[in-house]
Amino acid sequence: MFTRYTVALAALLLVGAAPVSQAADKPTDPQIAHIAYTAGVLDIEAAKQAIKTSKNKEVVDFAKDMERDHEAVNKQALDLVKKLKVKPEDNATSQALTKAAKEERAKLAKLKGAAFDKAYIENEVAYHKQVDGALETLLIPSASNAELKSLLETGLKIFQGHEQHAEHVAGMLK
Amino acid sequence: MKAGALDQLAWLAMLALTFAAAPATAATIQVTIDRLVYSPASLQAKVGDTIEWVNKDVVAHTATVKGGWDVMIPPKSKGQVTLKTAGAVDYFCRFHPNMKGHLDVAP
Repeated sequence: MFTRYTVALAALLLVGAAPVSQAADKPTDPQIAHIAYTAGVLDIEAAKQAIKTSKNKEVVDFAKDMERDHEAVNKQALDLVKKLKVKPEDNATSQALTKAAKEERAKLAKLKGAAFDKAYIENEVAYHKQVDGALETLLIPSASNAELKSLLETGLKIFQGHEQHAEHVAGMLK
Repeated sequence: MKAGALDQLAWLAMLALTFAAAPATAATIQVTIDRLVYSPASLQAKVGDTIEWVNKDVVAHTATVKGGWDVMIPPKSKGQVTLKTAGAVDYFCRFHPNMKGHLDVAP
């Protein structure tokens, strides 16, 4: 279900693991801003699909929490890039994430009821885990602007919370 | 003039006595939430006290006790609970369960 996300993010992590001599591969602040914003938008889209499809109150509530939080964080990100006069720059990682999310949505669209709920929540656990890993090991260490770094750090705490929340909901579905 | 001042003193003394004689008044204790951290994370209070959470984050939080109270704390806003029972309680945020707090509530 979430192999695509995993592949995209593993690629991201590999970049982070590259030796310092390849520092050119490190994402720039405009790219980091784009990746972080895109990751949020994709989770909002996934949430909207779940709100529309699921009949399970826990799942719908969780999806609404995701939609609300990611919208709030992305609004803050937009305000910050405006203030810093940074223009988010599209890049291969953002594109890979978007492609993977589109495929995931198409898979989920074929599912209903408990099968949908399970697949959505499991993907949410995996997605947040991967995004948190990318934030921790690549995006935060690569960010050069202090305010951007600080926003990413707060984002990481929020998304780690989402990961635990998703795991809790996944446990209840069993 | 002098009598007025004395009257005032007597009045103040009475006020002071009233307060001294009253049981410990209920307090409002503030807990700040900033970047997903309750601060102070742990505190002591008494039954009748009110805990007020001040949320500085852009996302909503809760202060939730499993099987007990559940306080919504909207972004850039506040939430309150008045403590009704004594004992130690752990609370957390339902939206971000990595946020944890603790209260020791004396009778």
